[in-house]
Amino acid sequence: MTQPFPFSAIVGQDEMKQAMILTAIDPGIGGVLVFGDRGTGKSTAVRALAALLPPIRAVAGCPVNAERLADCPDWAEIGSKRVVKKPTPVIDLPLGATEDRVVGALDIERALTRGEKAFEPGLLARANRGYLYIDEVNLLEDHLVDLLLDVAQSGENVVEREGLSIRHAARFVLVGSGNPEEGELRPQLLDRFGLSVEVASPTDIQQRIEVIRRRDAYETDTTAFLKRWRAADTRLRKKILAARAAIAALETPEQTLVDCAELCVALGSDGLRGELTLLRAARALAAFEGADTVTRAHLRKIAPSALRHRLRRDPLDEAGSAIRVARTVDELFGAFATAAE
Amino acid sequence: MEDEAHSAWARAGAAAAVFAVDPAALGGLWLRARSGPARDRFLAQLAALATYRKIHPNIADAQLFGGLDLSATLSAGHRVHTAGVLGARGVICLTMAERCPGGLAARLGQAVDAGTHGVIALDEGAEDDEAAPASLTERLGLFVALDGIGAGPLAPPPTTADEIAAARALLPSVTADAQALEALTVLAAELGIASLRAPLQAVAAARALAALAGRQAVASDDIRLAAELTFSHRATVFPEEAQPPAEEPEAPEAPEQPEDRAQGEEELPPIPQEILLEAVRAALPPGLLASLAAGRAARGRGAAAGSGAKRKGNRRGRPLPSRPGRLGSGAPVDLVATLRAAAPWQPMRRASAPAGHLLHIRPSDIRLKRYEERSDRLLIFTVDASGSSAMARLAEAKGAIELLLGEAYARRDYVALVAFRGTEAELLLPPTRSLVQTKRRLAALPGGGGTPLAAGLRTAFELAGQVRGRGMTPSLALLTDGRANIALDGRADRRAAGADAERLADACRAEGLPALVIDTATRPQRGLEALAHRLGAAYLPMPRADAHGLSAAVTGALGG
Repeated sequence: MTQPFPFSAIVGQDEMKQAMILTAIDPGIGGVLVFGDRGTGKSTAVRALAALLPPIRAVAGCPVNAERLADCPDWAEIGSKRVVKKPTPVIDLPLGATEDRVVGALDIERALTRGEKAFEPGLLARANRGYLYIDEVNLLEDHLVDLLLDVAQSGENVVEREGLSIRHAARFVLVGSGNPEEGELRPQLLDRFGLSVEVASPTDIQQRIEVIRRRDAYETDTTAFLKRWRAADTRLRKKILAARAAIAALETPEQTLVDCAELCVALGSDGLRGELTLLRAARALAAFEGADTVTRAHLRKIAPSALRHRLRRDPLDEAGSAIRVARTVDELFGAFATAAE
Repeated sequence: MEDEAHSAWARAGAAAAVFAVDPAALGGLWLRARSGPARDRFLAQLAALATYRKIHPNIADAQLFGGLDLSATLSAGHRVHTAGVLGARGVICLTMAERCPGGLAARLGQAVDAGTHGVIALDEGAEDDEAAPASLTERLGLFVALDGIGAGPLAPPPTTADEIAAARALLPSVTADAQALEALTVLAAELGIASLRAPLQAVAAARALAALAGRQAVASDDIRLAAELTFSHRATVFPEEAQPPAEEPEAPEAPEQPEDRAQGEEELPPIPQEILLEAVRAALPPGLLASLAAGRAARGRGAAAGSGAKRKGNRRGRPLPSRPGRLGSGAPVDLVATLRAAAPWQPMRRASAPAGHLLHIRPSDIRLKRYEERSDRLLIFTVDASGSSAMARLAEAKGAIELLLGEAYARRDYVALVAFRGTEAELLLPPTRSLVQTKRRLAALPGGGGTPLAAGLRTAFELAGQVRGRGMTPSLALLTDGRANIALDGRADRRAAGADAERLADACRAEGLPALVIDTATRPQRGLEALAHRLGAAYLPMPRADAHGLSAAVTGALGG
């Protein structure tokens, strides 16, 4: 893979793009799960996001991409004190990864050649302050899932093995993609994802042709294609940066909190994570759209992504969970956008 | 017949050539054929054009991705990595692809997506529902089916390696115009192919075909042949044909013609969609479409069944013969087998090694233990304890259950007990192996009230979903007289109750829950038999079910 497909050039798939942009604005939303048919561009979008994200500032040579020297873990041997700009890390967690590779392990080379006990950081360290991407997340081995659940929850990776006792920060946005036909996710893991989107192949012929046309143009002349879309990607990046700055000043009226709570109660989602994510995502969306307060319109737009995967499964409801969320939103807020929104 | 074989071979030859020209863009080639002369001949053709590395479905991750070579590292004093099969770009040939586990399919799929590897999947599936995993075949652009086709003495001469090299050189400058893209995309949509990978791969195939013919631009013949090669196996629907079927034999001749018409066809005439459709249809061996669809459906059910019946672990379960392996992969070493493997070599090794060692063991001697673990089965008894049932034969039903319990106990199965009466169902006994406890609960089971059949089914369905998550394999045994009269919401409405029960039966069937329905009414109930059919369950009226018949039925219906 040399140059990823530009994010702005992805045709359709608005919900998926929106969810990814929101996690870029506020990583605290907690990850995106993309479920859908094969060949709908799930992986393409994640790789595109990586290229779109603004760079981060990190201490040169720090294995966990710490921003300040004080935050670097004590086991890391850092030569320089320089702070450099580097691209936001987007780390692939391949299905075949061993536990050693994920959490880190004893550095065997040094142990053997120099007789020193040193820690060799794993993928979780590299993903700190960035993204961890798992393709076919529903096929991930159980023991890796357990491990990820714990780290994603605590934001810290603790390694107690082979005589090592190491801990380091591991805060990352979890992005998973998969095909529901191949198995479902455990509810515990589902809950860890802030937003969940379902993608399907476009049914509109013109849209399909446009997808093929762009993809073909990208593959035949990558440089020219990237050049054509660079401006759009830059605009989007600036908008994300502006939203990040604006989010702190955003007003959240009492009524929005009430709406969030009512919606979650009506849908019967377990726990309070639903409310929290819904609110955070709505704030990020409001900031992205340049609004100064969070309104019902934002909630309405983000509710399916934020709540779809937190519902109890109902074997009799043939409608998808997204439709159930939309239905409940309509019942609570009224079917049409009102003036209050 | 000969014509058919001829065109099939022409197509297969074209597929091999196209794949050899651009393996990465096409993703791969799915060869569905039993082993035999036809397959051997095709593979010989392919091997002459592309070099590939073979892997088998049980390949370990260390072999696939590479890893630390522990013994070499220890002796060398610095880290030695073994390069995995996926380490270098190239073509991978997966043998026995029909036995490929989902995990490997996903790993190979990722390699294909990254554009670094092309995969040849040799699918020897004999039965309709036996095929390579869909997550892999979806990414493989080309499809060749050779079953029922002779080795073909009339086949055109295969493409030579020189022609492939020339085509590869030409490929970057071959263009496909907007019309070609559009035609292929529209055709894919008309054939009911949802994935957008299909038209992309078809475009790549058309380009490769043009390059093979020495053209700078994709011509209409390239498009037709590309559609044949890449769409035929993915098609889910064929639109009603406008032409009479008599015209069909015209299409298969297309593949032989590109050579003749190669020159001077710069202008691309619009291709009628029907001709493309016919070409794709003709490329499809008769009956294959239906059988592949059946296979897909079966696979979907199987996948929904979650962690299946059998798992090969290396920690517990029934021991299997040990296999050669490496230290450090986490599996326990079979010491006896290792010593046995090392024994014949001892004199030779002692002679060649410096003195002092009593026993010489090399890494190649290491044998690892393997176990086959069967996941636990759970039999969910869903018992009708309503008034109508109680009046008649609840006691008899209890007797039948006790009998089944004895069977379950002998087979080390777990059992759970769901009873429904009045307006709701209740999980009387969560999954257990305790026979005594189950019998006690059963004896204390009171009867009376309405028949909320749907509620009972729902409770059983939910329980089945839960235990699947824990790795059990649930089955359902429903004992009722079938007179459902309480709907899911608790209303006494016979019609709604029946409809709810039917919907739940559909849900159970969609989840692939094996079931058995025992009719406890004095006379067999038509409605209940229909419900059993909906459930995909065996139906057994109790008047005819004696002790022996019951246990035989359960064993048969629930798969031994």
